[in-house]
Amino acid sequence: MREYTDRALDVAKGAGASYADIRIVRRTTQEIAVKNGVVQTLSLNSDFGFGVRVIADGAWGFASSNRLEKEEIDRVARLAVTIAKASALAKKEDVDLGPPEVHVDTYRTPVEIDPFTVSLEDKIDHLLAADKEARSVKGVMVAEGTMAFQREEKTFASTEGSYIEQDLIESGLGMTVNAVGNGEMQQRSYPNSFGRHQGTSGYEFINEWDLPGNARRIAEEAVALLSAPQCPSEVTTIILDGPQLGLQVHESCGHPVELDRVFGTEAAYAGTSFLTPEKYRNFRYGSEIVNIVSDSITPGGLGTYGYDDEGVPAQRTDIVKAGIFVGYLTSRETASKLRKIHPDAPERSNGAMRADGWNRIPIIRMNNVSLMPGEWTLDDLIADTDDGIYMITNKSWSIDDRRLNFQFGTELAYEIKKGKLGRMLKNATYTGITPKFWAGCDAICNEDHWHVWGTPNCGKGQPGQVAHTGHGAAPARFRNVQVGVMK
Amino acid sequence: MLGKTRLQGIAERVLDGAKADQTEVMITANDSHLTRFAMNTIHQNVSETNVSIRVRSIIGNKVGVASGNDLSDGALKEIVERAETVARFQQENPESVSLPDPKPVREIEAYVEATADSTPVERASGAKEILDRSERNGLDAAGAFSTEAQEILIANSRGVMAYHRGTIAEVMAVVMGKTGSGYAAEASIDVRDLAPAKVGEVAVDKALRSADPTDIEPGEYTVILEEEAVADMVFFLGWLGMGALSVQEGRSFMAGKFGEKVTGDKITIWDDGLDPRGIPLPFDFEGVPKQKVVLIENGIAKAVVYDTFTAAREGKASTGHSLPAPNTFGPIPINLFMAPGTATKEEMLAATDRGIWVTRFHYTNPVHPVKTILTGMTRDGTFLIENGKIKRPLKNLRFTQSILEAFANADMLGSELKMVKSDWGAMGTCAPAARIHGFNFTGTTEF
Repeated sequence: MREYTDRALDVAKGAGASYADIRIVRRTTQEIAVKNGVVQTLSLNSDFGFGVRVIADGAWGFASSNRLEKEEIDRVARLAVTIAKASALAKKEDVDLGPPEVHVDTYRTPVEIDPFTVSLEDKIDHLLAADKEARSVKGVMVAEGTMAFQREEKTFASTEGSYIEQDLIESGLGMTVNAVGNGEMQQRSYPNSFGRHQGTSGYEFINEWDLPGNARRIAEEAVALLSAPQCPSEVTTIILDGPQLGLQVHESCGHPVELDRVFGTEAAYAGTSFLTPEKYRNFRYGSEIVNIVSDSITPGGLGTYGYDDEGVPAQRTDIVKAGIFVGYLTSRETASKLRKIHPDAPERSNGAMRADGWNRIPIIRMNNVSLMPGEWTLDDLIADTDDGIYMITNKSWSIDDRRLNFQFGTELAYEIKKGKLGRMLKNATYTGITPKFWAGCDAICNEDHWHVWGTPNCGKGQPGQVAHTGHGAAPARFRNVQVGVMK
Repeated sequence: MLGKTRLQGIAERVLDGAKADQTEVMITANDSHLTRFAMNTIHQNVSETNVSIRVRSIIGNKVGVASGNDLSDGALKEIVERAETVARFQQENPESVSLPDPKPVREIEAYVEATADSTPVERASGAKEILDRSERNGLDAAGAFSTEAQEILIANSRGVMAYHRGTIAEVMAVVMGKTGSGYAAEASIDVRDLAPAKVGEVAVDKALRSADPTDIEPGEYTVILEEEAVADMVFFLGWLGMGALSVQEGRSFMAGKFGEKVTGDKITIWDDGLDPRGIPLPFDFEGVPKQKVVLIENGIAKAVVYDTFTAAREGKASTGHSLPAPNTFGPIPINLFMAPGTATKEEMLAATDRGIWVTRFHYTNPVHPVKTILTGMTRDGTFLIENGKIKRPLKNLRFTQSILEAFANADMLGSELKMVKSDWGAMGTCAPAARIHGFNFTGTTEF
């Protein structure tokens, strides 16, 4: 690839770029879906191309193409510079990337079993076995199981001298069961909802999660939910399970610490953030037991990689420490900008810039943003709760454009009475304001319950980009929460 | 852009080399450009040239799909081989249906050279009109100016060969002050229809009027929803329950309700891929011509849309609403229209003693699909109405509300339809503004 990357960088420099980088990306995916005993999706997809990002006249330009040919590289590199010069018509100040990042390296996701070497028959049999178990439960309307595998081969090169090759592999699976009746449609999912749970892992990930062994249970739960009482409307104590808490972290912590949102550059679409720079290192985000970190190094996490798409190495950053907000997710440009406000802020980016393929510009994305474990077992936590609701697996989500007012729904809930799980509840919802909610966190389960949940569907940016993010979480308890919002 | 002749040639090469019993090929090509601005400066400016090719192979009643974005002969051959290999690995699918036979497709002129040829400097100049007005008023503008040209060709071994090309341009802005924000947007197939200065004027005006918002208790209020908010609700109705598979699986609000009243008398919603007021697409992703389908008429559930598979299940004909194969979600309407009324927004305002004006919603998501209950936030211009006038700006509110119940309580609809482009994909929903009583706000936020 060197001849292509060198050519693009040389052409960009020759056209007037003061900085340029190129990413050449090949993404290969395999998707399988079994629905009600029939394999309805079996597809192999590949996507290849390159994107050139430049700074010229102090402003950004980006152009991309699916044809990695010499003439096309020249056209795209020159177009990127032309676009940058057009951007400069409305610039306020020159882009400052901070200190140079120069790395020559390779990274490959460590896997035990390359998922692309496992036969389609084995994968289909696994899903059919789960499907059969789920549909053996009377009252099930639809059972759908999915698997997804992705390989992304990326080459990054910059005019600063970086040349990085990465081979990132992901595996994911999931099952959702629907039951219909009594004017209701109830669903249960495993291991997580909205398609699947996913990690940077090989096929061993599929074997670990035992879809067939859990299919009957979730099917029975979906059917039972049809006749379960409605979640009451009250202010009470809630315990969230790991997958739901992972999404709570994603929406109410991960997004507001994206420094591009904070500086307003995502205002038009995703919104901004309540965690504005004056709150940096002095704002109480949550109770003293709340510790949240971002990292791109946790083995198996869906946000784990070797380098981000600016060529910054993977690392770990404290976001919330003992309840105090202490860190952002940054790019090179935003890290430099933050340092002009807070001279004691880190000099370098913590490597959170990622692009959804070759044809998108990198923007700040969550890697693995995780709530660190506490000391409780789940049994002890429930036994310690006199009155409350245990909520399991996300069903719906919404949060305002500064990430303060949120509302979530879960697929399944149980009332907790005098330290014991009681009746199953349907249509559970809860709502709150982010710092008040996290201030009410008084217990977090221990590392035996902690897992990095994969979210393969995070949307952001214009044009739209989908990111794959990870969120470590163990069940946790929150006091004084409004539940039962739905009429 | 590759052009009809070249895309047809590629499709013919694919079909000629295919060994499966039936083969379908979908080719899309696009040139997309987007100039993005924030904090009164252009911070992202991007361009993309791409193609994609997707092959569906059917061997007996087994189906396989493969895709790629390389149109070289070798790559095309590999995609076909992959699709056929996958099909052979498949299980028998007793519900498998034949690919559709060819039907005449009406050509729609939706390609505008001025949009396709728009330059980075033209987009930057348009953005600058918004940025300058914002800056003159001491505000910060964010937004995007995008132009895109797309081609799509669907062909199959039974003789389908459908081609369409179109353009779409959009300019949108969120203008922010210290305590308030305003929004405006326009979209059209013709970039010359867009008036960035007007978008800037509306967004700036609303941002100024939104300054220093105050609290209001959540509860049920009369609302005047601008077109973007109504379009959001119409889009979700289509997605949640206006496709045949959602009815067949019992997850649709239409299931068991055909011929019955499901919402207010004033509500008529249809899908029409041929109407140039939307983003036209004359055929679906199987190459079946799109039919106009009236989904709800005067509040009564009338019909849902079909693809080949769901239509065969009921012995009907496809209405031309398939999604690209493979998908397990089923057909959905992507060219939705809601019938206008006779009122202007000013008349709605004058007729309202007390209520809330909503510019648009943010992060809307379903809470209970069968009951069409959504939740979401208001954003970029929420105002208290008293005695027929805008009284003061309000901090944003969370709603949790059934769409059908809300539409049942709509007593005034706007006389004009606005085309609201979806954030994802080339989908447009045309909707009027609406006045709705008893709209359920369930929470507040701090701004």
